[in-house]
Amino acid sequence: MTVLLFARARDLIGCDRVSIACPAPATVGELRRQLIQQYPRLAGLAERSAFAVNDEFADDLMQIPSGAEVALLPPVSGG
Amino acid sequence: MMRLTREAIDYHALTEQVRRGDCGAVVLFLGTVRDLTGERVTVALDYEAYPAMAEKKMAEIEADTRQRWPVGDIALEHRLGHLDVADISVAVAVSCPHRAQAFEACRYAIDRLKELVPIWKKENWADGSTEWVHPGT
Repeated sequence: MTVLLFARARDLIGCDRVSIACPAPATVGELRRQLIQQYPRLAGLAERSAFAVNDEFADDLMQIPSGAEVALLPPVSGG
Repeated sequence: MMRLTREAIDYHALTEQVRRGDCGAVVLFLGTVRDLTGERVTVALDYEAYPAMAEKKMAEIEADTRQRWPVGDIALEHRLGHLDVADISVAVAVSCPHRAQAFEACRYAIDRLKELVPIWKKENWADGSTEWVHPGT
């Protein structure tokens, strides 16, 4: 599963997306744990970030549909 | 109309977009790059977005604002890229029949944007260091 990265998350990894080995079907919470396990540098930030699934905020209990676009959204600071 | 742009925001044109005969009040909010955060000096900000989701969320904020106030029209632009001190990062223009509604609707739209829309800014401090702004981290 591919996860899009933005802002500090992207800078920490040096890439705008990462591929996560996650059993399908996975929930957002499982993906968050797997992401942190594979990329420990993201730990502090990923715990405080939201996830988006297909352009919509998704809570940790949500099942991720296959083929969905998934993004890690660190706390926003627009304006 | 709600959109992201990499160009300088033309706030006069944005204001004209919402001005109309049945509205006696137009409120324009501009967010501009401030030079001080506490004691730290900012020389520039870099803004980036998750564009598809940001535009979707901005459209939802427009719909939500229209539902709560008798909005004649509303226009919002957020700039992305490298901005210098005093540059305009965001503009919101709202027209309503009366001023109280226009002030409230404009305040609501910018507050919701800051809360919901996936846009991030990176501080470029005067000492040459940079730092993404992620409130609460």
